[in-house]
Amino acid sequence: MNPLVLWFHKLGSPPYFYRFAGRWIPWLYTVALVAAAFGFYGALFTAPADYQQGDSFRIMYVHVPCAWMGLFAYLFMAANGFIALVWRIKLSETLAMASAPVGAAFTFITLVTGSLWGKPTWGTWWTWDARLTSELVLLFLYFGVIGLYHAIEDRRQAARAAAFLALVGVVNLPIVHYSVIWWNTLHQGQTVSLIGPSKIAPSMLWPLLTLAFATHIFFFASLFARARVALLELESGKEWVRALLPVTETSHD
Amino acid sequence: MTPTRKRRLIAVSLILAAIGIAAALTVLALSRNMSYLFSPSEVLAGKAPDGASFRLGGVVLEHSIKRAPGSLTVDFIVTDRFREMPVQYTGVLPDLFREGQSIIATGQMQDGHFSAREVLAKHDETYMPKEVADAIAKAKAAEAAQHAGNPH
Repeated sequence: MNPLVLWFHKLGSPPYFYRFAGRWIPWLYTVALVAAAFGFYGALFTAPADYQQGDSFRIMYVHVPCAWMGLFAYLFMAANGFIALVWRIKLSETLAMASAPVGAAFTFITLVTGSLWGKPTWGTWWTWDARLTSELVLLFLYFGVIGLYHAIEDRRQAARAAAFLALVGVVNLPIVHYSVIWWNTLHQGQTVSLIGPSKIAPSMLWPLLTLAFATHIFFFASLFARARVALLELESGKEWVRALLPVTETSHD
Repeated sequence: MTPTRKRRLIAVSLILAAIGIAAALTVLALSRNMSYLFSPSEVLAGKAPDGASFRLGGVVLEHSIKRAPGSLTVDFIVTDRFREMPVQYTGVLPDLFREGQSIIATGQMQDGHFSAREVLAKHDETYMPKEVADAIAKAKAAEAAQHAGNPH
């Protein structure tokens, strides 16, 4: 077998993933922290004030990376949910369910910072335009997935039901992304574009990209930490967990 | 792939495709009749709801802002560069409100003018330092001056 495929198969095994994630977590947190410190230094000190908004535009440095992560975490959750539904891989169920609270937190921060920026810039905390509404729906979808997962007794059945809800909610992702193009919205269009020029000065762009990198790394660090705990709980009767935690032989009815 | 997994793969994919199509049709239908705002041309063409409240969007026409002394009442003209609509508003305006700025006003028509309850400033997707914006404005002014001073 191809070594990469073999490694991927091995990664699917809970004890292997547990050790793998444990090795990576400190490094990921370190990289995320350093990148975030660097990015915030650029965002708060070196980036010049905007010609129209002045200093309030700096809220964007929290808002935009979090908004990207809200979408990214959802896509990651749905992809793992799909694998969990079709192949019934335990690790995918765990990863899908572990990414939901992280994504929900990012989405929540997006809505709050957007609101704080909207008041001075637009003149309102909230408006029911397509971008804001679909972002709120995204937060509710996360809440739905988390709620459904905790409403069903059997952990594996719960994960599959919630994964299905997560997959259905994927239709909201293009709506969030394209809402500013499809409809007249108060929210402005896309500034940073993967293809084509970005409508932002380079001195203002690099802190944003650094912070986006930092939030991605942080997501995986946080996800790995959550997944490790979830795996221990899910596999609590198994040999490898007992080997790891020999002292705590408490009954867990 | 085992037959069970294949069956599950097909079932999940089919359900997702069905949901995707349903969502696409909904979005298509909504984009035809869901409107966050109306432009002055659309309002004058009678597309905006009559007698009900709606949002008017456009640019504040240059040199059209008139403040009534001793009150918060402001009169200005909103344009989409084709047609114009006079707007009256009483209250505090957002920081970004200025001539040439895109705004969205909520309110209703009242004897020929739009009476706004709320005025929001729309921000565009361009971010640049003040020096750059000044340099662009200066370059544009210089070019205009050159054209004006050199009629040949």
